[in-house]
Amino acid sequence: MPAIVENYDVCVVGAGHAGCEAALACARLGLNTIIFTVSVDSIALMPCNPNVGGSSKGHLVREIDALGGEMGKNIDKTFIQSKMLNKSKGPAVHSLRAQADKVAYSMEMRKTLQNTDNLTIKQIEIAEIITDDNNNITGVKSVTGAIYNCKAAVLCTGTYLRARCLTGEFINETGPNGLQAATHLTDSLKEHGIEMYRFKTGTPARVDKRSLDFSKMQEQFGDERIVPFSFTTNPDDVQIDQISCWLTYTNEETHEIIRNNLDRSPMYSGVIEGTGPRYCPSIEDKVVKFADKNRHQIFIEPEGLNTNEMYVGGMSSSLPEDVQLAMYRTVPGMENVKIVRNAYAIEYDCINPNQLYASLEFKNVHGLFSGGQFNGSSGYEEAACQGLIAGINAAMKILKKEPLILDRSEAYIGVLIDDLVTKENFEPYRMMTSRAEYRLLLRQDNADLRLAEQGHRVGLLSDDRYEWVQKKSKMIEDEIERINNVKIGANKKVQEFLERHNSIPLNTGVSLADLMRRPELGYESLAELDPERVELPEEVKNQVEINVKYDGYIKRQIKQVEHFKKLEKKKLPTDFDYSKIGGLRIESVQKLNKLQPLSIGQASRISGVSPADISVILVYLEQLKYSNPELFFQLNGHEE
Amino acid sequence: MKTDTIAAIATALTPSGIGIIRISGQDAMNIIDKVYRSKNNDKLLSDVKSHTIHYGYIYDGEEMVDEVMVLVMRAPNSYTKEDTVEIDCHGGVFVMKRILETVLKYGARPAEPGEFTKRAFLNGRIDLSQAESVIDIINSKNEYALNSSLSQLKGSIKRDIIKNREKLIHEIAFIETALDDPEHISLEGYPEKLYVIVAKMLEEINHLIKSADNGKIIKEGIKTAIVGKPNAGKSSLLNILVGEERAIVTDVEGTTRDTLEENINLSGISLNIIDTAGIRHTEDIVEKIGVDKAKNCIDLADLVIYVIDSSKELDENDFAIMEQIRDKKTIILLNKSDLSSKTTAEDVKKHIDKTIISISAKEEIGINDLENKIKDMFFSGKISFNDEVMITNVRHKNALAEAKESLELVINSIRNGLPEDFFSIDLMNAYESLGTIIGESLEEDLVNEIFSKFCMGK
Repeated sequence: MPAIVENYDVCVVGAGHAGCEAALACARLGLNTIIFTVSVDSIALMPCNPNVGGSSKGHLVREIDALGGEMGKNIDKTFIQSKMLNKSKGPAVHSLRAQADKVAYSMEMRKTLQNTDNLTIKQIEIAEIITDDNNNITGVKSVTGAIYNCKAAVLCTGTYLRARCLTGEFINETGPNGLQAATHLTDSLKEHGIEMYRFKTGTPARVDKRSLDFSKMQEQFGDERIVPFSFTTNPDDVQIDQISCWLTYTNEETHEIIRNNLDRSPMYSGVIEGTGPRYCPSIEDKVVKFADKNRHQIFIEPEGLNTNEMYVGGMSSSLPEDVQLAMYRTVPGMENVKIVRNAYAIEYDCINPNQLYASLEFKNVHGLFSGGQFNGSSGYEEAACQGLIAGINAAMKILKKEPLILDRSEAYIGVLIDDLVTKENFEPYRMMTSRAEYRLLLRQDNADLRLAEQGHRVGLLSDDRYEWVQKKSKMIEDEIERINNVKIGANKKVQEFLERHNSIPLNTGVSLADLMRRPELGYESLAELDPERVELPEEVKNQVEINVKYDGYIKRQIKQVEHFKKLEKKKLPTDFDYSKIGGLRIESVQKLNKLQPLSIGQASRISGVSPADISVILVYLEQLKYSNPELFFQLNGHEE
Repeated sequence: MKTDTIAAIATALTPSGIGIIRISGQDAMNIIDKVYRSKNNDKLLSDVKSHTIHYGYIYDGEEMVDEVMVLVMRAPNSYTKEDTVEIDCHGGVFVMKRILETVLKYGARPAEPGEFTKRAFLNGRIDLSQAESVIDIINSKNEYALNSSLSQLKGSIKRDIIKNREKLIHEIAFIETALDDPEHISLEGYPEKLYVIVAKMLEEINHLIKSADNGKIIKEGIKTAIVGKPNAGKSSLLNILVGEERAIVTDVEGTTRDTLEENINLSGISLNIIDTAGIRHTEDIVEKIGVDKAKNCIDLADLVIYVIDSSKELDENDFAIMEQIRDKKTIILLNKSDLSSKTTAEDVKKHIDKTIISISAKEEIGINDLENKIKDMFFSGKISFNDEVMITNVRHKNALAEAKESLELVINSIRNGLPEDFFSIDLMNAYESLGTIIGESLEEDLVNEIFSKFCMGK
């Protein structure tokens, strides 16, 4: 039977948020790339919440942008409301979140894909991966039998693999939003020795705006001055008229209905096999687990400009249709609500991400990469950043360049990927600020300064952009130095200024930096005492203020990072049999053999590997210096 | 290779003519310059030649600590191949501790057990075969090391630390949740609440640090119980062990009001004999059978010496004691070997499987065998190191001091009106510092664990 055979550099399977970033990265790096989707109309679909960013997720989007990814630019073009969260707290936890016009977001991304050179879009389900005898990926095969040869492939299948959706007793064998599920690929992956998990997540109902009484809800506005996601977007271009969200609450009546119908929830009756996330519970989970709370917040969010549909944030559920309607109607302002799309839970196949290197390449299938919910994460932003890294590293592999691996001290992306590939993970993984140990350094405001060099090195960030970031960095440095050297005397003008700002008068002269560290004073307000000051760009001033104000904390964190880096720098051999090292516990040997950590640091984070085991490995490494100096120095270089 | 600078007491922690504090690492010379003054205060040891010895004084600021001789050895011609300084001081336990604390104050950190040896190894001083034997020892001793260091913590201190860590992690978790979910959880009024909690915690930590300062020196040895029926010869044995040639150290109050401990130096090994008062007392009052009392001592002891009167038959009191010592490191002494024997080693072996030594306390026969046996057990790691206890304590104190510092930073942050996310950085540091005390650290700073059962300063 004749079948189509085509040749590409890279095949990307899936066109959600991960797939789009992966495909764009590869194509932009000059590789002949094809992206497969079960439906071209669902490219960059947002099947759940209608927003991008939020606490720590906003950081991820900034980092994606700093590396040359697309998500930040795309949301800047299609958002309808924007808000900087945690503004009353420290700069490290400021986090941007924007409500998206879902259809516009998806269309805009589709347009970008379609207008990118070297990128082919194909609507077909991929059924198999093809490898040679040495476990190198050589191509993928579609359900129709067409073969697409490639040098590297990136799997970003999201929630589509053997997906099924559950609304009470009603079960639908589809992917999200009624889209076709991908039923074949799991078997092929298993045949290649890939270990699969089954996870679960859920989404609330979409309701008709005309059936809501907003007079019973509180209006939630966007920020007055909008900050864009992308470092390349001019802030003046995004000051739009914003659309409001609405806040209301559940009550005891709501909870009563839920409690009375728990036996009809597939989660509680045991129909659902997959593991769901603890941090994003369904309303029935909240009612059961937090029984002492007599109300829960509900955010009503618009799905877009050209639709009446509203998203009922905080009320995801897998209860039957009739129970859903009854419980939604107990919420103030929703007494007469009409449900457009029912809430549902979705189950899907994903992998145990411990099978991946930090480059997101499979350890046992060379040239096969993966990203997104397929790797056991949740969320658009988590997916997009993995897609970007997987795409970049597929390209690096083909171009025979060093892979891009970010560590925990460099980026939230580094934390996320390290957690996924190193730690045991039994629920969909969500990024949180508390997961980042060095978050004072990993701020959303300095993502460009942190990552531009890497973005430029891999080739996604233009020379112009990179030069600007370098210039900016220099301006910041110079200004901080200047401020540290500006002396402020305890003269009348200064004392009068301090009094005006409710600040304690000076006893002796201090530096301008010292004054800036006072909580009540800042870079702007001190301009009066700083006549030499040259007007600098807003983003430079912002960095100067943060770095001066929190100087002590930042220095302490840098010290912690230095300590961390010491162990990260001790590299371990790959494809190594740990049973060769005498003295490790059997449990550790198994975990180490399976995970093949790249460094002592990573090995120490593996659940179940004890400090004593690490000591034994360290001794082994030292011995290697004598017994196999060639390997040792190849791994760890020569000592300074 | 860049390393930090470590210090430790290199001699056994018992009174002796001389004590040595060793410092090794790149800052060794800097640190000694800060604490050493020559007689005329006219020389810096960082300027002197390698392998020279210098008379002078150790000063902590303006306070003179001790009169000393200091030996200077420069890298790579030292045991660790690093810059090394040895301070020879007067051998009192207080003096040695005080000098060590001074050195730590000026920039060294306490060496982990065996860390000097570890450095010697890492710097290529020891060869491969030695290194391999080191691994064997690590493997056999890791578990033991952890257990012994944990058991040195008094139950109440450990409970305090666990309780405070639980409080800390609770507050951290609350702040973190609020940061991750700002729209659902408000931090309104929280700093004021946290201030009270942290201030109270600081008070408790300060109290713990003070109790560490009180230095229960006598406890820093192998806790030893001497048990047996009245008139078995416990008192005579004790007298021989603490006889003039072996010198009683001191009497201090022990854990309970009426229990005294005496410290015995047995060829450099420190033994703390529990309830010496009880031993002497019950010998006098025959009707007070020591079995109940013995039980308490046995529970507390790392080593039990069980004295049997071999001129008498075993009776139910002996069997009761045997039941209590079954799981303890024990040496059984068949005393009164000078008299005709009614109980032999074979008779005892039928009831309990322990090392048995025949002695005569009266004639001082067999005492050397006992000493040698204790030394064997000590050096094979079956009973605990005295100097390790010391280190653990200094380390505990250091960790407490770190926790205190972190909590003070939290207080500062709250006072200065910093946002809540800054609190959790230092709260987490305090949590980790306390964790190092009870062996539940998040931070796994590891190489140091490695040679942890090595006697330092070898």
